[in-house]
Amino acid sequence: MSNSKGRFGVHGGQYIPETLMNAVIELEEAYNHYKDDPAFNRELTDLYNEYAGRPSRLYYAEKMTRDLGGAKIYLKREDLNHTGSHKINNVLGQALLAKKMGKTRLIAETGAGQHGVATATAAALLGMECVVFMGEEDTRRQALNVYRMRLLGSEVISVKTGTATLKDAVSEAMREWTGRIDDTHYCLGSVMGPHPFPTIVRDFQAVISREIKQQLLEKEGRLPDVVMACVGGGSNAMGTFYHFIENKEVKLIGCEAAGRGIDTFETAATISTGRPGIFHGMKSYFCQNHYGQIAPVYSISAGLDYPGIGPEHAWLHDTGRAEYAAVTDEEAVNAFEYLSRTEGIIPAIESAHAISHAMKIAPAYSKDKIIVITISGRGDKDCAAIARYRGEDIYE
Amino acid sequence: MNKTDTVFCHKPADCIQEAFKDGKAFIPFITCGDPDLETTEKIVRSMAENGADLIELGIPFSDPTAEGPVIQEASLRALKSGATTDKIFDMVKRLRKNLFTPMVFMTYANVIFSYGADKFIGTCAKIGINGLILPDLPFEEKEEFDDICQKYGVALISLIAPTSQNRIAMIAGKAQGFVYIVSSLGVTGVRNEINTDIASLVKLVRENTQVPCAVGFGISTPMQAAKMAAISDGAIVGSAIVKLIAQYGRDAAEPVGQYVKEMKEAVLQT
Repeated sequence: MSNSKGRFGVHGGQYIPETLMNAVIELEEAYNHYKDDPAFNRELTDLYNEYAGRPSRLYYAEKMTRDLGGAKIYLKREDLNHTGSHKINNVLGQALLAKKMGKTRLIAETGAGQHGVATATAAALLGMECVVFMGEEDTRRQALNVYRMRLLGSEVISVKTGTATLKDAVSEAMREWTGRIDDTHYCLGSVMGPHPFPTIVRDFQAVISREIKQQLLEKEGRLPDVVMACVGGGSNAMGTFYHFIENKEVKLIGCEAAGRGIDTFETAATISTGRPGIFHGMKSYFCQNHYGQIAPVYSISAGLDYPGIGPEHAWLHDTGRAEYAAVTDEEAVNAFEYLSRTEGIIPAIESAHAISHAMKIAPAYSKDKIIVITISGRGDKDCAAIARYRGEDIYE
Repeated sequence: MNKTDTVFCHKPADCIQEAFKDGKAFIPFITCGDPDLETTEKIVRSMAENGADLIELGIPFSDPTAEGPVIQEASLRALKSGATTDKIFDMVKRLRKNLFTPMVFMTYANVIFSYGADKFIGTCAKIGINGLILPDLPFEEKEEFDDICQKYGVALISLIAPTSQNRIAMIAGKAQGFVYIVSSLGVTGVRNEINTDIASLVKLVRENTQVPCAVGFGISTPMQAAKMAAISDGAIVGSAIVKLIAQYGRDAAEPVGQYVKEMKEAVLQT
């Protein structure tokens, strides 16, 4: 009889220090209590609609469709949410839950800074203290987001250990939580970490696929043929996939960051280059060496620059229900520029990974097929970095 | 039965009891390969000669989420020096030719999982490693390695934290080797004061198991060690030793030996 909870096939679980076990058990109990509570859900829906600007639009990208000459392309506009990305969906849910649990302080990790900004925003709104851990390397890549978090009243701690990127920010946030549990909730930003986080974050992000399903039914009277999204830890992709998992005819595609290519060491493509492992509280796929040392991954996108992937994605991969494609920096930057010029939408460099793969596959589909791509966030934060990538020496 | 050539116990896990034969044990930790494996080997011998009752050998992990800065940095130094699981196994084999002090590995679940649990734990039994301490393997996930540890007779050591409360009976009830009592919230590292009511934790543990319990996290001075040993069966020290190694590098065997001697004397005074 297994004691282990939160499994997706062999993946998931709770590989964390004993010190944190009662904290995650308490979180699970609180979540199970509130998730079907009508008052909690009314409050959350109200925040989603009135504060975050949901439902987000499902936009028919007519010019892109015509230009690619294949499937009809819809964009799920999570970039239009308050704070500029899908991260707010999860954060509002977790912050509200933490508040109900009597917590007064939120801590979070952030890569690109989008989850940090969203957490800082929710903390400001709900009157909570907030500390965000961000890799030193990322504080340089995303300086504007560091300022935004401070403006919102959060403390930002620059993490200098390891590769000084997202994985180190997660490690440092976990260490901080181990030392201060009573008043503090760790607002994890993706569908990863120990149970119940992968489930909680997925459920809060599932609003994306719930809306896509309904909006496409209204517009087209049917289900899409393909839904796709970028994958780092995998929260916007899990949110995009979730309500379509049961509809076997809908193809699910996750786009991971290949960095300089999956045949190089400078990659963050976990499914393409990783193997099963145990890290950050979960069993899943990880980029690692022969001895299980976690690899120093790389991607131009700070938000996808993570050596693992959420356990439910690992399971969707194992079962073949979803497929995962790797997209290089160069391809993502091309897609970033393409969507800006074609539709007047500047996507986050993370989301551009999904756009790029759609550009590859859409022409092969007939015109009566429908592809939905989630634009997980807006690209304003990336403009200076992409300009530098293209050799223009601008700083924000 | 997994009787090894070098450690004369029924099975590796049983030898851990030897560590508590004086009544109060002193248990030092070091990171293998910091600054290099040759030095680690010398330090281990020096610690054993100076009264260490059980030695925790840390296999470095790239992202040690339960460690404070001191052991994090040691892990990185060790990995940079080229320490690997296989090289550490070889070092243990060399040590076991004439060293009988019980030794356990402290590492992270992925180091074992990635190596292949059966191969890793089987090798431990063969080379004379008596147990495993895995800070990211709580009671609920023990089954990941439990059957294999049983098969080879290697103890899978349980940790109890100040936040364990209602979980203590469950964890202690299944404890093997010894119970590792985590003195404080947070990660490893030297602390000025330990505020947890350790005596109550120990009492709850003892109500549920016969195996000894030792206290770790935050202990650095002889006085702290004496205090913790007085209310338990032993004191565990990591960061304070790793700091000495960072300071003395390849010449650390002697100062670490001196320190271990002082600490062992302190725990015996209780």
